[in-house]
Amino acid sequence: MESNITSATSSVTSIKPTGLKLFFKRLIQQRALVIMSVPFVIWLFLFKYMPLWGWTTAFQKYKPARSFSEQEWVGWDQFNFLFSDERFLRVLRNTFAMSGINLVLGFVTAIILALLLNELRSVIFKRVVQTVTYMPHFLSWVVAAGIIQSTLSTDGIINILLIKFGFIDKGNEILFLGIPQDFWGILGAGTVWKEIGWNTIVYLAAIATIDPSQYEAAEMDGAGRFKRMWHVTLPGIRSVIVVLLILNIGNLMQSGFEAQYLLGNGMNIDYSENIDIFVLNYGLNQSNFSLAVAGGMFKSVVSIVLLVIANNIAKRFDGSRVF
Amino acid sequence: MANSASGTAPKKIVRRNASIGDRIFDSLNIIFLSLLMLVTLYPFLNQLALSFNQAMDSIKGGIYIWPRHISFENYKYVFKDNQVYHATLISVLRLVVGTAFSVFATAIVAYTISRPEFVLRKFVTIAFVLTAYINPGIIPDFLNIRDLGLVNSFWVYVWPGLIGVFTLILIRSFIDGLPESIMESARIDGAGEFRTLISIVMPLCLPVLATVGLFTAVYQWNSWIDVFLYNSSNENLSTLQYELQKILQNSSVSGSAASGFANAQAAANMVTPLSVRATMTIVASVPMIIMYPFLQKYFVKGMTVGGVKG
Repeated sequence: MESNITSATSSVTSIKPTGLKLFFKRLIQQRALVIMSVPFVIWLFLFKYMPLWGWTTAFQKYKPARSFSEQEWVGWDQFNFLFSDERFLRVLRNTFAMSGINLVLGFVTAIILALLLNELRSVIFKRVVQTVTYMPHFLSWVVAAGIIQSTLSTDGIINILLIKFGFIDKGNEILFLGIPQDFWGILGAGTVWKEIGWNTIVYLAAIATIDPSQYEAAEMDGAGRFKRMWHVTLPGIRSVIVVLLILNIGNLMQSGFEAQYLLGNGMNIDYSENIDIFVLNYGLNQSNFSLAVAGGMFKSVVSIVLLVIANNIAKRFDGSRVF
Repeated sequence: MANSASGTAPKKIVRRNASIGDRIFDSLNIIFLSLLMLVTLYPFLNQLALSFNQAMDSIKGGIYIWPRHISFENYKYVFKDNQVYHATLISVLRLVVGTAFSVFATAIVAYTISRPEFVLRKFVTIAFVLTAYINPGIIPDFLNIRDLGLVNSFWVYVWPGLIGVFTLILIRSFIDGLPESIMESARIDGAGEFRTLISIVMPLCLPVLATVGLFTAVYQWNSWIDVFLYNSSNENLSTLQYELQKILQNSSVSGSAASGFANAQAAANMVTPLSVRATMTIVASVPMIIMYPFLQKYFVKGMTVGGVKG
């Protein structure tokens, strides 16, 4: 998308500098813009590109006390170890499972909520629902995790309701966060609770662009509420759904970090540990920087590949600017 | 597009007598959405009620969304604690300083890459956009920040997240949409680039700057990982979120927050871990909850500016 815009505008307003001399001449002419942007490019280099140097650690047997030239180089050993490590394979499974569940749940629930909001006749009620459901998005994961923990605790509301409706007996309260297999579901539900309202914003915006005459026509043809939703609203936002879906597949390695760190515990670690947590555990707690960086680097590289593929497909599909 | 999510729903067209099926659907829809609101709000209201209830009474259970014996002791206790008081100060400081720096820096760069004649425009744009793809990872970032000498310093809250690619593109798209003639006339009047940015472009960009400011403020207020990674050994730089995180970690992992972890000091003050936790939860979230409804129209606009176009 960058190149399109840039080439379109620059072909109108400027003549390409033909030589180094011209380039420097213009650089001096535009010194104000240079002075405004270059410090931030330096910032960018310091904070976003320099850390990439740390990836070299993955090919060493890194010892903090040694200087760079004294480090012992081990080639791909760390990666070989990772992929034969049962724990890392489990961590990979957890990463994909959690991001997959969050992706599907997040999409389906947000689209359904957007459709239901769109069917409301009262604008005020719609506003109220929107404002209320946006709220958890503005809470930190620390607060959200605390809330989820107390909701799921043995004296929390879920257990209280289960007892009230006779699903379990008093004294047999369920320790949800202590059941490893439940972790993915808890995380998915928690994420939906936090983000469902926020995620509807873009769908509601897309729905607002649908031509009202399409609804009229559908109604003339005798289409009821569900038929109109299915045949008018959903097709109207199909391109947004597809583009977002593709872009989100680019984030498949990003299963989050805060929620797993805050809700994870010794009992559910087999299901809650994802790559980021693994990296943190090895890197900071056990000071095995090399293995941690190798894990992180693997994640980053796969992410880049996924993102590039996803963005290209999305661009081809949509044509307009998706970032 | 402008009033996107705000209620220009396409159903105002026909207002005939709704059929029975329609009415049933509407009622079910309202009931369902009300339930959704209840589910969204209940856990939060529960914490609010606990924070205003007498701590010893809360242990008996049965507090839902209304306190049984109203008491302000929990808040008094929490704010009597110097650590919490100081952490609140740092949280506010990082929100103000971090947001101001971020918005200003992002606006400057967005302006330079919106100037079509700028020779470095492509280079700067690509350099920034690439970082959306490349993520060095937690440990390389950590080692880098350590080497830059930012561990144990307030500025670790400001510098690393100074400019985000998403907000940069957001502001640039907005500037791109401004009429070129305005900047042209500023230049004819002899205004330099910086002057044009400050007195012409930024005032016109107020809606998008408010959006970016809100996003950054939320990020700043809610961050705790940077505190945990870089400043956990320095209590003077701790923030509210991190203090709450420490409380969460201390209270028993499992279940009953009331029965786990008895704190002698807390007991002497007639508060319990349960009540302190609820109070801290409220303190750590209330500023954002008060702020966001007022800025709702801005961020809804901001979220959709790049997303749905044509």
